[in-house]
Order: sequence, then structure tokens, then C-alpha cells
Amino acid sequence: MRYVIRRLLQSLIVVFGVSVVVFGMLFMTGDPTEVILGEAADHMNVEQIQEFRVKMGFDRPWYVQYASFVGRALQGDFGYSFIRHQPAYEVITDKLPATIKLASFAFVLSLLVSIPLGVVSAIRPHKPIDRIATMLALVGQSIPSFWLGILLIIFFGVHLKWLPISGSGTWQHIIMPGVTLAAFPIARNMRLTRSSMLDFMQRDFVRTARAKGISESRVVYAHVLRNSLLPIVTAIGLELGFLLGGSVIIETIFGWPGVGREIVLAIGSKDFYVVQAGVIMLALIFAAVNLLVDLAYSVIDPRIRYGS
Amino acid sequence: MTLLDPLEKENQAVMARHEGPAAPPPTVEPPQRSQFLPRLVRSKAAMICLFVLLLVLVAAVAAPWVAPNDPSTIKLIQRLKPPGYTTSAGITHWLGTDSLGRDVLSRMIFGARVSLAVGLSAVVISGTVGLLVGLLSGYFGGLVDDVFMRICDIQLSFPTTLLALTIMAVLGGGLDKLILVLGLTGWVQYGRIVRSQVLSIKTEEFVLAARATGERQWRILFQHILPNIWSPVIVIASFTVASNIVAEASLSFLGVGVPPSVPSWGTMLADGRQYIGVADWLTIPAGLAISLTVLSINILGDWLRDYLDPRLKNIV
Repeated sequence: MRYVIRRLLQSLIVVFGVSVVVFGMLFMTGDPTEVILGEAADHMNVEQIQEFRVKMGFDRPWYVQYASFVGRALQGDFGYSFIRHQPAYEVITDKLPATIKLASFAFVLSLLVSIPLGVVSAIRPHKPIDRIATMLALVGQSIPSFWLGILLIIFFGVHLKWLPISGSGTWQHIIMPGVTLAAFPIARNMRLTRSSMLDFMQRDFVRTARAKGISESRVVYAHVLRNSLLPIVTAIGLELGFLLGGSVIIETIFGWPGVGREIVLAIGSKDFYVVQAGVIMLALIFAAVNLLVDLAYSVIDPRIRYGS
Repeated sequence: MTLLDPLEKENQAVMARHEGPAAPPPTVEPPQRSQFLPRLVRSKAAMICLFVLLLVLVAAVAAPWVAPNDPSTIKLIQRLKPPGYTTSAGITHWLGTDSLGRDVLSRMIFGARVSLAVGLSAVVISGTVGLLVGLLSGYFGGLVDDVFMRICDIQLSFPTTLLALTIMAVLGGGLDKLILVLGLTGWVQYGRIVRSQVLSIKTEEFVLAARATGERQWRILFQHILPNIWSPVIVIASFTVASNIVAEASLSFLGVGVPPSVPSWGTMLADGRQYIGVADWLTIPAGLAISLTVLSINILGDWLRDYLDPRLKNIV
């Protein structure tokens, strides 16, 4: 319980860090007015720009602006989108369910395929099934997701006309973006499961277990797989970030109405408050998932005592 | 030799461990350097991949001489011509032309420059930072671990692509910015996995023995622990060079990577996306180039892992 409380406090530090980074993004070029106005500044004179600066509060010291940013963010106020004509927070929360749906679909798909494939590959090294699985994983990991998406669109959308190429109306709409998003995690987790299991199969405790006459399936699942899970869980935790971030590209290609596509559209239209709201939202969700992954470490590998 | 000989030897080893300096770590040294080339030559897959990468490297270095045309010359009258199209002047566009009439093959050759520059430069930055952070964090634990892991967590709270996309959107495109952003956003994966390996290895007997005999911390860290975590580091490095190439292409594809005027595999895919089903030669060659390069790097990374890790060399 102490560990959980300690970890929750650490998560608060993460939330603080996220807020600093997202707030700091506006200051990367030196002048937030320049970022917010974008090309519109070219059509304004110096007085108008200064008036906008004062109106937005950018003339105040940075720490005052940060306090104001946090105060407003805590109330769900991330500024107003002049492009969408609605608060930036609402623009993002409207799109959030679609992103979570797509990422969850891809996450479950990747786990269902990668871990069994990695285990089968590891217990039959050098056999045809291992070679095929390894080659598929290598190819899957090497194909950029957006190119795979384009290939799927060309093949299943344009030529065969089996699946819709854009949108999110029916269950068929999620198949192509979901598979595209899951392809890389499947390949990476499969390789990681395989290499981690092969590594542990050489350890002395596994040899001892075999020498004691324990059945092969128990050796594989209770001894090898359980110990191999630590690096795999680490990777799976990292994978969620990939799925949320990767959805930016996949959503753009397939016209999936999620947060990622909204962020790309907002970047294109210099709607920076929406970008900020989208980034902070995805970051906070991911921080929460990361906390759960860390808690899972201590359950899987009791040797690691974070609290001590 | 009697039945007790092995026991006697083990006793001697234990005594030596207690009385003398720490026993050397059970790391089996990588094969002699002289075996590197013969083994590489024996592996067909590694040789094919090396050949592909050399080809990409030559294309990148010698692009101005090997490219059949200027990649930036716009000829609207020759736009969207299919592969093998020959102009009235007798110039053949082996991979066709794009929406502005530019030669696709020449743009692909020049695109190799951007991919390799980004892939290799960014991995040096992210690898160095991640390895150091992971080693120190895992070994020393306590406050050092807390600080590093919180920085890690903060950065991990931003999906890498999203973070890079946002920073690039604010800073504006450019090759140097792209390398720096990918380098500084990619170290976390190293840090976390190296740390988890160190956490396991630092409780192994050879490390405890080294500690017990009073060896210096840096020596334990770099001479005892580091050699035992090369395998995952190499695997991650191969992934990272490859993923950097993909990230560059992704960001350029989204319009925030290299400027559109610079030929890059990502910008070629972005241009070609608008002509799916009409001019597939705009997307397929560029995508193939990325995939083959990334596949070759991954296979070579695997081969290197097998070469360096004696525990896996007979199996993998």
C-alpha cells in the first residue's frame, strides 16, 4: 500500500512535468504570440500584435502565465479554438472515445497475436514455424505503419473494395486502421517474447527444473514465460505510448475522427490551443497507464522491491 | 581423475573467491575479432542485408553522380508518367514521374541521404543518453533512480511521435532539428530496458562478489555489468536506427519533417498518397526503400546480437 501511495505521488510529479512541457511548448520559439498568431501576424502591424500580446497575457512574467495556465487547465479551460468555434477542451474530449477505441483494438490484437507467436517460436527454434514467424515479425517491424496503411487501402479498399478506406461509421471501418496500428507492436512483442524466452531457457534454474522431471509445458509456462515477462511488460507499457502516438498518423491516413487526426489538423491550421489540449490529454492518459504498468512489475517479479 | 576432483576444484574456486580478488564475471568474451568477418561472410542473410545497406549508403553518398536526373527539376508536361516512360529527348524515367513531373528514381536516391543521416545521428544521441541513464539509475537506485525515472516518466507520458510532431510543429521543419528531436525523444526506451536488466544483474553473484572485494563502483558498472547487457542494447539500437528512419519518414509524411523541397522518402509517400489507385508508383518504391532499409538493419542487428551473445549463438 505504501508503494502504491508513493507511486501515486510520483505520478503527480509526472503530471506537473507534463504541464511544464506543454506550457513550455509555446515558448520554444521565444515568443508565444508568434506561435499563436502564426501567419496571421504577417497581416498585422506592431501595435495590433502588441495589443494581442497584452490581451492574451503574454506580456506577464512566465511564472504568472504558468500559474494562470495551470489554474485554467484544472477547470478544463485550455483556451478557445477560433477555427472550430468551441473550447479546445471540448474539441479534444469529443474525439477521445474514437482514439481510445482504436488504440484498445490494436492493443488487444497485438497481445493476442504476439505473445503466443513468440512462445511457439521460442519453444521450436530453427523449426519452420519459428523461421516463418521470425521473418513475418521482421517484415512487420520494418514496414512503416503509414505505408502498410497505404498498401491496405490500395489492395483491400481500392482494388478489392472489401473494406471502407476512410471514416468510422461501421465495425468494418476499424479493421484496416486497427491492423495497421497493431502491426508494429505485434512484430516487436513477438521478437521480444522469443528472445527473452530463449535467454531464460539457457539459465541454470530451467535446467534444474528439467532435471527434476517437471513437464515441459510447466517448464515453459511456469518457469520460462513468467521470468521472461519483465522485459515484455516493460515493452508493452511503452507500446501504449506508441499506440496513442502512432494513432496520429494512422488516424490521418484513414480519416479516423480521433484526437491524433485532430492534432494534425490543428497543427496545419495553427490552432495551438487544440494542440496543447490534445497533447496534455493523451499524455495524462498515458501517465495513468504507465502507473499501472509499474505496479504490475512488483507483482510479476517480486525480486524488484521498489519501496525498499 | 577421481570422483572428488570436480568438488575439489569447486572448493578451490570458492576459497579463491573468499581469499583473493573477486572472480572475473562469468561473461564469456565475444568471439575474437578475427572471427568477425568469416562469420559475417558465412551468414547469407546478413550478407544480403549488408549489401542492401551498402547500396543505400553508396546511393546516399554518391547521389549527385548516380541519380539519372535532377530530383528537383519540375516538368509539369511530364507529370504522373508511369515507370519506364521515355521522353521525346530520349530520357527514360525508370520509376516514372511524380505530380510535378520530377523523376521518382532520382528523388528516391537523394531520399536515402535524409534517411541515413537521421537514422544514424539520432541513435548516437539517444543510445548514449539512454545507456548512461539506465546504468546509473538501475545500479545506484535511491535518489538517482527516482530523479532519472521521473524524467523518464515525464517523457514517457508523451508518445514519442506525438512529442516529436508537436516540437517540430512549433520549431518548424529542418534536418538538424529533426535529428535532435528524435535523439532526445528516443533515449527513454534504452533507459528503461537497460535499467530493468541492471536491476536483475546487480543481484547476481559475480556482482556481489566484486562488491564484497571492494572493487570501485565505476569498474563494477562498466566492466562487470555493462558487458552483460550488450545483447538487449544492440537489439534496441538496431530497432532505434530503424525506427528513426521510420519516424523521419512519418514526420515528413505529416509535413513537419524535412522541408518539402528536400527529396525524402516520407515526403514522396505524402505526395503519392493523393494519387492512390491512380499512380501507385509514387508510393510503392518509396515505401519499399524504407522497408528494405529498415528490414536490413533489423536483420543485421539480430546477427550482431547472435555474434556478441554467446548464450544465444547456438540457438538463435
